[in-house]
Amino acid sequence: MTARAEDVAARSSVPFLRQAMAIAAKDLRIEIRGRHALGTLLPFAATLLVSFGFAFGPGRDVLERTAPGLLWMATLFAAVMAARRSYQAETEDDALEGLLLAPVDKAAVFLGKATAVALELLVLVIAVLLMVVVLFDLSPGNPFALLGAFALGTVGLAAVGGLFGVVAEAERTREAVFPMLVLPLVTPVLIAGVRATDLATTGQAGEAAQWLGLLLAFDIVFVSIGILVFGHLMED
Amino acid sequence: MDVAARGLGKATSRSGERALGIAALVAVVVSATLSLVVAPPDAVQGEVQRLMYVHVPAAWLAYLSFFVVFISSVAYLKTRRSRWDRIAAASAEIGVLFTALAIALGALWGKPIWGTWWTWDPRLTTTAMLLLIYFTYLAVRRVVDNPSRRARWAAVIGIVGFVDVPIVHLSVVWWRSLHQQATLLRVGGPEIHGSMLAALLVGVVAFTLVYAYLMTLRLRIGRLEERAVREALSPQVGELEEADV
Repeated sequence: MTARAEDVAARSSVPFLRQAMAIAAKDLRIEIRGRHALGTLLPFAATLLVSFGFAFGPGRDVLERTAPGLLWMATLFAAVMAARRSYQAETEDDALEGLLLAPVDKAAVFLGKATAVALELLVLVIAVLLMVVVLFDLSPGNPFALLGAFALGTVGLAAVGGLFGVVAEAERTREAVFPMLVLPLVTPVLIAGVRATDLATTGQAGEAAQWLGLLLAFDIVFVSIGILVFGHLMED
Repeated sequence: MDVAARGLGKATSRSGERALGIAALVAVVVSATLSLVVAPPDAVQGEVQRLMYVHVPAAWLAYLSFFVVFISSVAYLKTRRSRWDRIAAASAEIGVLFTALAIALGALWGKPIWGTWWTWDPRLTTTAMLLLIYFTYLAVRRVVDNPSRRARWAAVIGIVGFVDVPIVHLSVVWWRSLHQQATLLRVGGPEIHGSMLAALLVGVVAFTLVYAYLMTLRLRIGRLEERAVREALSPQVGELEEADV
């Protein structure tokens, strides 16, 4: 950690985006070495999907109709865990203090961490899609609309998770407060993501554009807000 | 912002508090008289419609108080004066109370009129999401011990939560338009009796005065709490000053 802090300190004049990408690369490196998303979140999502199957099955028609919703529910829960994990890695061994002391723009820390979480979630959601296709007989439909919904949706989830993940990892707030905070805020992502997925998989991809637009608007608003206010969360 | 702060200081003095309390009481009595006695029963909905004279003002307070949370959260992050944090906290508590009241009254009204306690109507759904977001706002305030951190975190949630509400509303409107249900009976309609309108407007004014009165009470408690904490932490008890009001 100290080596990395000095490394960042030595490049204190690097532009904002480079700083953010350095943070994202660091987080992704941790992920690749620790395999938390693949090792924990994938089995978690799989368990969740099988539980949904028991809850709504075994009739194929109900599962088929609810598949987009179940897919996004699994993604939502995984996003909560991924965001928390992202800051857990920082609070262990007080790495967060090193990060705060480093001459990096706080907004870049947010952007970097959110980018890493978004990429992890994107890999995860594609794996979840495969599971849903196999388990619930969802037809993949239009891959472009589907990928658009996934990409835009995971960015929104990562922005909210990356902003408030620091709240989850500090003090006594670890338990219920964090999902309580994230889940109502990301309601638009859940609604728009499910609708876009539904349309894309039932051959009405053209109508998904409206929902993709909503996801994009959510992303823009929350990434901007995160950049603006994240410093206030991290001050101490 | 300084002018607003000074005006607030006047309203939160003890005499201002008493005057507000009396005004609120009078307004509530007038509002109750207008809505229970003067206004005629609704032609279609009958007596149940009188719930609207409480429901609409409660819903108005819900949105007003969260707007105040938003404004004072921004002001807190800009100025870092603890007064703004106290205003946000007080307003959020009152807001949660009236949001819950608005939803409960709406459900009571909905059962006989719509035939159901709950429907995924955009306004209803958005208000429920508002309640959930501000429950969390208060929960975070409760679990964070460090006062400066609590104020900053709460302010961020107060801002983000408020900005989220229009997006939530839009998404619910679009979501609902896909599952068009039978058109629901709406309140009012083109013709609304003059005394009904008056009852509604006086109700809104009365509730706003109640809000202002509760705010002054809650702010005084907030100041006292802060002073008590400072007193407990301070070694020289004799040299206490008025909190930065």
